[in-house]
Amino acid sequence: MRAEETMNKLPANPERATLEGKNKFLGFWFFLGGETVLFASLFGVYLGLRKATNGGVTSQELFELPLVFIATMLLLTSSLTAVFATMSLKSQNFKAMIGWLVITVILGFSFLGLEIYEFNHYVHEYEHTIRSSAWGSAFYTLVGTHGAHVLFGVSWITLLIVRNFGRGLNLYNAPKFYVAALYWHFVDVVWVFIFTVVYLMGKVG
Amino acid sequence: MSAHAQKKKNPIWDWLTTVDHKKIGILYLATGAFFFLLGGLEAILIRIQLLYPENNFVGAQTFNELLTMHGTTMIFLAAMPLVFGFFNAIVPLQIGARDVAFPFVNSLGYWLFTAGGIMLNLGWFLGGSPDAGWTGYAPLSTTSPGNGVDFYVLGLQISGIGTLIGGINFLVTIVNMRAPGMTFMRMPLFTWTTFITSGLILFAFPALTIGLALLMLDRLFGTQFFAAEAGGNPIIYEHLFWIFGHPEVYILILPAFGIFSEVIPVMAKKRLFGYSAMVFATALIGFLGFMVWVHHMFTVGLGPIANSIFAVATMLIAVPTGVKIFNWLFTMWGGKVVFTTANLWAVGFIPSFVLGGMTGVMLSVPPADYQYHDSYFVVAHFHYVIVGGVVFGLFAGMYYWWPKIFGRMLNETLGKIHFWLFFIGFHLTFFPQHFLGLMGMPRRVYTYLSGQELETANFVSSIGAFLMGVATIVMLWNIIQTSVAGKKASNDPWDARTLEWAISSPPPEYNFAQTPLVRGLDAFWLEKRAGNKTMTPAEPLDDIHMPDSSILPFMMAVGLFIAALSAIYSSWAIAIGGLVLTFAMMFLRSVIDYHGYHIHKEDLPSEGVDGK
Amino acid sequence: MRRWKNVWRFLPLLAVMALTLTGCGNEQLSALLPQGEGARMQFNLMMLSLYIMIGVFIVVAIIYTVVLLKFRRRKGDNEIPEQTEGNVTLEILWTTIPIILLLILAVPTVMTTFALDPDEEKIPKDAIRVNVTAHQYWWEFEYPDLEVKTSQDLYMPAGEKVYFNLKSKDVIHSFWVPAIGGKMDTNTATENLMWLKADEAGTYFGKCAELCGPSHALMDFKVIVKDKKDFMAWADKMKAAKGEPEGDLAAQGQEIFQANCIGCHAIGNEGSNVGPNLTSFGDRTTIAGILEHNEENLKKWIKNPQDIKTGNNMPQFGKQLSDDELDALAEYLMGLKVDGE
Repeated sequence: MRAEETMNKLPANPERATLEGKNKFLGFWFFLGGETVLFASLFGVYLGLRKATNGGVTSQELFELPLVFIATMLLLTSSLTAVFATMSLKSQNFKAMIGWLVITVILGFSFLGLEIYEFNHYVHEYEHTIRSSAWGSAFYTLVGTHGAHVLFGVSWITLLIVRNFGRGLNLYNAPKFYVAALYWHFVDVVWVFIFTVVYLMGKVG
Repeated sequence: MSAHAQKKKNPIWDWLTTVDHKKIGILYLATGAFFFLLGGLEAILIRIQLLYPENNFVGAQTFNELLTMHGTTMIFLAAMPLVFGFFNAIVPLQIGARDVAFPFVNSLGYWLFTAGGIMLNLGWFLGGSPDAGWTGYAPLSTTSPGNGVDFYVLGLQISGIGTLIGGINFLVTIVNMRAPGMTFMRMPLFTWTTFITSGLILFAFPALTIGLALLMLDRLFGTQFFAAEAGGNPIIYEHLFWIFGHPEVYILILPAFGIFSEVIPVMAKKRLFGYSAMVFATALIGFLGFMVWVHHMFTVGLGPIANSIFAVATMLIAVPTGVKIFNWLFTMWGGKVVFTTANLWAVGFIPSFVLGGMTGVMLSVPPADYQYHDSYFVVAHFHYVIVGGVVFGLFAGMYYWWPKIFGRMLNETLGKIHFWLFFIGFHLTFFPQHFLGLMGMPRRVYTYLSGQELETANFVSSIGAFLMGVATIVMLWNIIQTSVAGKKASNDPWDARTLEWAISSPPPEYNFAQTPLVRGLDAFWLEKRAGNKTMTPAEPLDDIHMPDSSILPFMMAVGLFIAALSAIYSSWAIAIGGLVLTFAMMFLRSVIDYHGYHIHKEDLPSEGVDGK
Repeated sequence: MRRWKNVWRFLPLLAVMALTLTGCGNEQLSALLPQGEGARMQFNLMMLSLYIMIGVFIVVAIIYTVVLLKFRRRKGDNEIPEQTEGNVTLEILWTTIPIILLLILAVPTVMTTFALDPDEEKIPKDAIRVNVTAHQYWWEFEYPDLEVKTSQDLYMPAGEKVYFNLKSKDVIHSFWVPAIGGKMDTNTATENLMWLKADEAGTYFGKCAELCGPSHALMDFKVIVKDKKDFMAWADKMKAAKGEPEGDLAAQGQEIFQANCIGCHAIGNEGSNVGPNLTSFGDRTTIAGILEHNEENLKKWIKNPQDIKTGNNMPQFGKQLSDDELDALAEYLMGLKVDGE
């Protein structure tokens, strides 16, 4: 495979070897800075409205931690596999990188499946909808925005895998793989906060 | 793809697909100017309505639409794109770069902004414009009947995304694309303010994105964020809006500060006084800009502790701003000041802006603000900073950089008439408004009753507005007249100091044939003083890599536009179609390889360096 | 020629100053003529900040004038001025002096901010309290301890702090009485507390300061300040008022009122609170807060309220009621007087 040919031919840190790569790398970090403010705003809204149940179901009654725990594990593991993918990128082992990314994507889709099940469950078993209370609106908006990010992430990584499958690693696509992995980590970190602020605090406080 | 891409293209196709920062700059400037005229027209209609007490020129509803669209248009569709126009047209040249970091994203930012701007104004033709003020406070905005506020919410959302990615683009451009020798502390002040402004955009706009998204969800999808009866709380929106809104003020004013910091030293023939203090002050203003949003909310009832903290933080901003004013004055001190039109705007700016700053400090005092808040005093204050600061800055930039951008000089006599009419009209309009507010006139009122002693000042104010209208006509005539028969501009008509003046007017598409070597602050001035006519190149003459033009950004904006418009009318199938179009374009962008093309060194003009 | 231009610059300023010297506005309305404790505290801070700022402005103006007069390039002078980098002493000077000035301003600012904020626990038990509810586009004033309700006209005693609980029924409004003591928003989800203390008996203007819809500009109210004794007497009469008609025409009007208006309006405790309480309608000084108080305007209002306040919630009665019925209704309503004067 061409991956073999490119092995060790690219400079170290192939994701930042060209000006385009450097720009993409830095620009993406800035983008994640903006995304942080975006989620911080959503968390702020959520914290302001988390008691506003409008007489409906409360977070203590609603959340089931085992389900959320499994979802958290799936996502955290996927972050680990994304780290392995990035390490393979750095050592320019294209096959391994693709392998790890495939596992990451599978874990991501599993997480999404659980989330869809969870939302469905809330809506049909508890009549907890995005319209039922201000808390419901805040909950689905925050967790749903994160879910949309997960969906975008898995679609993006899948697209990268398919597009570059037969092409091997080069200076043009290395930055793309790298920032996609970066994005995936960000999405995972946001989930850690959601797990804490939404689910744990919802169960305890 | 190589040199054949340089072949003559259909001009419309060329402008739709361009990724050249200079062309995108011109697009921003032209679109911004159009919306500036539109917002100005709205202002004139507002002032006609308020010419007399109990006047009935436009009705109450139309008046609210006018005031909302005037504010929204001027801030988001005129000032922002004009600022971005100068970023695009000038900053890459000032740092000696061939282009911005992300030419494709740059084009996308412009088309998203334009799509949003058109969407915002659709209400005029589709049964009612937004009417809840430029701030769009819930629940007035969430309960406003008709589709007006939907245009506001979705239009701003789309143009906001454009602005955000534009901000990221300039951050990366300035960090990564500077010419050799151009250290951070050798960057021209306009580049510095662009850098800090872009940072403010990056961290402020997402809060607006969320605020607007929540309004949209409440209006179109029946959520309860701001419905008090279901546990919602509209104060959350006010926080989100002002967490964005106050930095937005600095997003507008800092670039204007940058422009003055370019114009004043050039026109005084003197180095900018206290360069590092100016840089530091800019950064400090940007930082403090995030700490003061509650001063827009003193009367909301957040309690004396919050009000006091934010009051003191607000007062602090006066310090770096004052530092800037004194440094500009001392730049001129001991200089040989020439009063070109560009410099008239800069010199006229100083007293006008100081007045705005004075009322700014006065407004930071919460007890006094319990009187000022939402009165005409506030209207006077922010027009002093935004017109006296931002608009004067944009005009200064226009007269200063016009020759560089378009290759022709503007007429100085007409320019001076423009300045004086506008300057007098401006003070005539807004100075009396301070007193109107203190005498008990709330802002955003479509009329006022007779017999409350508000007549005279309102009348004077309207006359001033008409004068600014006349001034704008003079400016338009200047532009038309000089583009038909204007004098051709030389490379360096003002004997200026920064890199953009080292290349031809207008610059070639690759900017610098050879990347220049920067040997200090005011790089071009240093070379000129050392007896060099041009910059010393930092690299041998070689093939120049250029980015591919693309229609995809335009199509992405079209897709979002279709999606938003259909969502307003609940045509969900078409809305999804629009989103699919946008994502399909993103898909194409991802799977097609863009390697760009090269301009061969043999094809460069024979003079080579600097493309003269 | 150039010198002349600088003189021109000050002409509009002079014109405006002449304008302002003619007065500080209407004494029932203007914040520049404070007639209450709160307004005076606010006014004093305005003046303090203004004086400090004028001081700064004078310094800037002096440097500015010298620069404009002295450092302009003369014809034929092509010398390059010295390229000064800056001056650290000056930078420190114009950083520290403003900080000191701002400290001078900040201390009284913080003190007054706290002084203006009422502490719920320190409010005297016998203080007059008013629940203010803002509606598009009218004001409801309820005196919970006195068991009295009014609308549009706010009655309060002079010389003592009156405490207001502010909230809104629909969108955010802002309760502003410039001459007596500033403003505060009326929110939908939370309640705000403020106090006002008027010096003397008199009538003052109040306004809505937050954009609340098309008729925001017309959401005016009156503040009628009475001496404590008169105020208490008024309150007693209000409590006793039953809205008895005087004369046959008015009696006929009362029947019409019972048939058409009671679904939204109340007199005394009879009726609904959807619209303004009309117990003392005859005492009002305006129709709908803006028009002169006479029968003709009242009938105009009842016939088609939208003509007068766009977007308000009162239905049109122009088609439902005949002219005779309107006459009777107006006679009845204008006769609903409580305040003896």
